[in-house]
Amino acid sequence: MVEKYKSRYGSGLDAQTYLGQNYLQVDRSLIPDILRRLREEEQFDYCVDITAVHYPKREKQFDVVWILYSFPRNERVRVKTQIADGASIESSVSIWPTSNWLEREVYDMFGICFDGHPDLKRILLPDGWKGFPLRKDYGILQQDQEWVQINLGIESGQ
Amino acid sequence: MPNFIMSYLGSTLTPGQAGNQFWALMYVLIIFAGVSVAVMCMNWIERKALAHFQIRLGPMRVGPHGLLQPFADALKLMLKEDIIPAEADQFVFWVAPLIGLLAAFTVYTVIPFGPSQAVSDMNIGILFMLGVSSLGVLGIVVAGWASNSHYPLIGALRSSAQMVSYEVAMGLAIVSAIMMTSMNASGTGTLSMIEIVRAQQHQGIWFIFKFFPLGFIAFGIFAVAMVAETNRAPFDLAEAESELTAGFHTEYSGLRWSLFMLAEYAAMIAVSSIAVTLWLGGWLRPFPNLLHAPAWDFLFSLFPGLTFLALGAIAVVGTARMPSHSFFKIQRIGLGIFAALLGSIGLLLLLIAVAGNSANLAVAARFSEGITYVYWFMLKVAIFMYLFIWYRATWPRYRFDQLMRVGWKVLLPISLGVLILTAIVGVVVS
Amino acid sequence: MSIPEKEGTSDLSPGTLGLGRASFEGSNLERETPGKAYLDSNELIINMGPQHPATHGVLRVILKLDGEKVLGTECVIGYLHRGVEKIAENRTYTMFNPYVDRMDYCAAVSNGLGYCEAVEKLMNVEAPPRAQYIRVILTELNRIASHQLWLGTHALDIGAMTPLFYTFRDREEILKIFERYCGARLTTHAFRIGGCQYETYAGFEKDVKNFLTFVAPKIDEYETLLTTNRIWLERTKNVGVISAADAIALGVTGPVLRASGVQWDLRKAQPYANYSRFDFEIPIGTNGDTYDRYLVRMMEMRQSLRIIEQAVDAIPEGPIMGKVPKVIKPPVGEIYHSIEAPKGELGYFIVSDGSTQPYRLRVRPPSFVNLQALDVMVRGLLVADVVAVIGTIDIVLGEVDR
Repeated sequence: MVEKYKSRYGSGLDAQTYLGQNYLQVDRSLIPDILRRLREEEQFDYCVDITAVHYPKREKQFDVVWILYSFPRNERVRVKTQIADGASIESSVSIWPTSNWLEREVYDMFGICFDGHPDLKRILLPDGWKGFPLRKDYGILQQDQEWVQINLGIESGQ
Repeated sequence: MPNFIMSYLGSTLTPGQAGNQFWALMYVLIIFAGVSVAVMCMNWIERKALAHFQIRLGPMRVGPHGLLQPFADALKLMLKEDIIPAEADQFVFWVAPLIGLLAAFTVYTVIPFGPSQAVSDMNIGILFMLGVSSLGVLGIVVAGWASNSHYPLIGALRSSAQMVSYEVAMGLAIVSAIMMTSMNASGTGTLSMIEIVRAQQHQGIWFIFKFFPLGFIAFGIFAVAMVAETNRAPFDLAEAESELTAGFHTEYSGLRWSLFMLAEYAAMIAVSSIAVTLWLGGWLRPFPNLLHAPAWDFLFSLFPGLTFLALGAIAVVGTARMPSHSFFKIQRIGLGIFAALLGSIGLLLLLIAVAGNSANLAVAARFSEGITYVYWFMLKVAIFMYLFIWYRATWPRYRFDQLMRVGWKVLLPISLGVLILTAIVGVVVS
Repeated sequence: MSIPEKEGTSDLSPGTLGLGRASFEGSNLERETPGKAYLDSNELIINMGPQHPATHGVLRVILKLDGEKVLGTECVIGYLHRGVEKIAENRTYTMFNPYVDRMDYCAAVSNGLGYCEAVEKLMNVEAPPRAQYIRVILTELNRIASHQLWLGTHALDIGAMTPLFYTFRDREEILKIFERYCGARLTTHAFRIGGCQYETYAGFEKDVKNFLTFVAPKIDEYETLLTTNRIWLERTKNVGVISAADAIALGVTGPVLRASGVQWDLRKAQPYANYSRFDFEIPIGTNGDTYDRYLVRMMEMRQSLRIIEQAVDAIPEGPIMGKVPKVIKPPVGEIYHSIEAPKGELGYFIVSDGSTQPYRLRVRPPSFVNLQALDVMVRGLLVADVVAVIGTIDIVLGEVDR
């Protein structure tokens, strides 16, 4: 499978294994094609998780990770791509309906926008919150003071 | 005046028939007091029995084994703030619980606790009962409407739809029981409650066993319909907390709410009394015709006293089992007094029964007879009350559409079928 | 019920808790039918507030109704969001272990198992066999406890009050075993990275064996109360149906997926902690309705008993802690490890940068993903069924919100 994709996408795709788990490092431009192909051709029909990692010192700061599982093949694969801060990425809701809330959470925590998502708004944090907590520049004790003061009527949540 | 009062004693008619207003009033007051006491007992039994079903103890602290809990609850409800929503219709809000209470208590005028122990023996007793108990629906709708909030309104409409649908099945089941009263030599039936019980006595069979299984099925339909009539589990969607609408009594607090609860329990007792009268032989002791010797009469007349003595014995056992810590001293003493009370009531009843049997004191005989009638009636009603609590502990709730489906699509056809079959069998057998 | 005019009002203002007042601005349903929000023609938008009488936690569900029928739902979550993933980046691996229990607090042992196994994989160490057996026993006990809690609260939602007390009383025995083992009943922190810290106490095997004989008839008791009860059948059959294809597409896992007919259990598909040594079955259902989910969980409890029976007789001797350094510093890399928690697939995605603190720790919560399926399951049902369906998905808000 890897060879087939490698031959098609050439340098845009890099397959590796660490500790027995396979993952594909793909170029941003290959999303959502590669995801669609994984779903339709390789039968990765279950999207386990979508998440992101923030590397503030890198040029392309965010790593968006899809963890996929195939029921027929009993196999798991990770697909990673790197995007820059402020860039957006295509939503995979049309491929796996699970992605709806998972992408909302990534948006909520990191601020990565997903194009084509039917309802991209915050899910865990209140709607008016400013800031994206899981980024590395958001302090561990930091809160959106303005929101807390307006809505909870207290000085600070700390 | 005293003549008027005394002339009734010794009569074998109900005060209504004898035209004695004083005693009718007395009976009404006795019934009112009795039902209120019964509701308090029912409250305690419900909490204790429900708790024991759920492997808990229930109230244990307010009085020994929680015996004073109903008083505490009543006191609490009376002292609660009386909240009336500002937008509610004040007069109607005030009057709604009274309508429910009126409907529930008026039924008791026809319920026979004995052959002459009823307020009045109307010859349309059953019809009266059906009509008046339907007024309860009005109380509920009015309560929901007066609250001026759409959740109580939805709950009230649901409750009323439920009660109205099950009344149809209830009515048909009652009709088949009444038809059974006409299966005697003269072929005339009766709607009078006392005569229905007498018919069971003359025909020598409780209607629940007559034309088995027809009588039993009719009784079963009534048993289900009466649970739905009183909004009890498993038909208690309208007052369940985990559903969205909290029911017609949402906006009521304190004493007003307790009036609704009083009406509900009174309706439960009333409707169980109807079931007992129509199918279970009312005040008749077991086997009144089969075991008819005076010795049997005497034996069965000992039952009231023995029951109270048994209850007293249970209370004594409870007292003995109380922990002997000093903190429990008051509870021990309380339970002991309660045991003594029950025991003394039991002894008194035994005394009356024995005195009545020895035929020297006619008054004692009459007392003893009256007591046995009331006792057997109350025992049967108590079994129904226990069943109500048992249903509540065991079964989940019906969804509203399933509830309505059961009422219209299941109970109604079955009751019609039973009615027709009873008629056919009755004609064939006679 | 009215829509507040102020723009700055948010969902969490005190007036919006509970029934009645609700802020629907920004809600999907409000956007679909703008202006036509309440008591207009037949459509009604009502709010099942964050507080529930049946101990699900703080979940808010906005329902759009046509009379009694549900046209659409929207879940508002996040009331219990504590930022566990952010905390993980500021604690060492060992320090983070107790936090993990607090997510799915009804089944804390599984959470710990998943986390410890994920870190062990990252460190490339394996827990010794004795530790793995102890882990399996405690995890399966915890599965039974979680299902018992689920059964009690689910039955209470549908109106049967009594199973709640029965299941909680029987759950006490499991919690007593946990307490004797590690000191805590609910948030156990039972395992450590590399194995277990505590040796089994004297009498552990006896306790577990007594428990097995104690609880098997109790599970039968729950079944006699509910399984063939006509009212229970009517309330749960064909309620909240989700097809297998829908379930897979929505990423639903756990008993919900198995009730829809997909025979998939991580303990068999990708075994961990020596589960491949034990002989047990995976119950599946046929319809994917609430009744099937109930049956699947009851059978799962019995299968757990089977596993415990096999495990408790065969606990090997040996060390309980593997060779892990005192300071846990996994090499640079990332890993995803998941286990079959009572609620579904619980996964941990850990990115390590070589330091003592995780660089990114992502928890894949089963209840979060399962809750998405609520919308699909509930369309066309009546209002009274929504509570039943929420109960049958078996969510714990601590896990949904983290």
